[in-house]
Amino acid sequence: MSEPRLVELRRNVLKQNDIIARGLREQFRTAGVFVVSLVSSPGSGKTTFLEKTLTLLQPRYRVAALVGDLATENDAKRLARSHAPVKQITTGTLCHLEAAMVESALQGWDLQNFDFLFIENVGNLVCPSSYDLGENLRLVLMSVTEGEDKPLKYPTIFNSADVAVITKNELAAAVEFDWQAARQSVESVRPGMQIFRLSAKTGEGMQEYLDFLGERLAENRAVIPS
Amino acid sequence: MSIVEAATDEAKQRGVNVNAVHLRLGALSGVVKDALLFSYEVACQDTPLAGSRLIIEEVPVTVFCRHCKQNRVLASMQSFTCSDCGTPAGEVVQGKELEVFALEVEE
Repeated sequence: MSEPRLVELRRNVLKQNDIIARGLREQFRTAGVFVVSLVSSPGSGKTTFLEKTLTLLQPRYRVAALVGDLATENDAKRLARSHAPVKQITTGTLCHLEAAMVESALQGWDLQNFDFLFIENVGNLVCPSSYDLGENLRLVLMSVTEGEDKPLKYPTIFNSADVAVITKNELAAAVEFDWQAARQSVESVRPGMQIFRLSAKTGEGMQEYLDFLGERLAENRAVIPS
Repeated sequence: MSIVEAATDEAKQRGVNVNAVHLRLGALSGVVKDALLFSYEVACQDTPLAGSRLIIEEVPVTVFCRHCKQNRVLASMQSFTCSDCGTPAGEVVQGKELEVFALEVEE
């Protein structure tokens, strides 16, 4: 037997996911649909926020949503109240969505029928950060009840996201939420990150965020070669 | 587990046995070193990699400082600022790796 030797092998462990995500991104681009994914810890209000988003966007835009959950279909049922097309992805024991799950969930949908597609990830601030889903925009949500230092505890997910949304602002006074401290936490792990502070329940701050989505959709379409 | 698959494929192609898998793990990869080491053994069971070692090289986060026009290693994951001048620096140059970069093999 010969001596052990070292062979070089540069292989990205998540290559398979990245290849599928690239395919999805191309598919989204061709269809002209703007894809937004949502990540947060469990209980930060993703589903309420998304239900409100779908409802408020619908008069002007065609919207749809995929929603990931470990076990139940409750979220899809809640989102269906918005009357937007919604599909549930049940991940079983998996704590995050992967590009392949998105790809198979999209079968049967003609993406050209949509302006916005939302993908709600499983509530988890760790694993979803590693998986590209082909989205145009990744929103990370944190509620005012979670503590201002959440970004410092989970820098990776905040760093992987494009925009931060602070939810449940109607509870801010009750929990003595320190907005400056929260903003500093976000800024220190993701300098320059845009932050929306809103309440899906009362609607406060929602319009600014919806306008932002509208602008991003328009920008995105403007760069697509006809 | 993709790490085991990647190494197994390569070993098969080369017709060699794998003693160790060398992995580069960025601090921003979203994967925890201890969790990987713990699950590696389980993932290797009943595969040609059973009994092999996983050697992890941790890669710190490097950002580009626009003020210094230099790449800087972050002093802390809680503060994306230049370690030299303190300017906020969000442009990540390195630190997202999750890559099998070498195999220690035997014929």
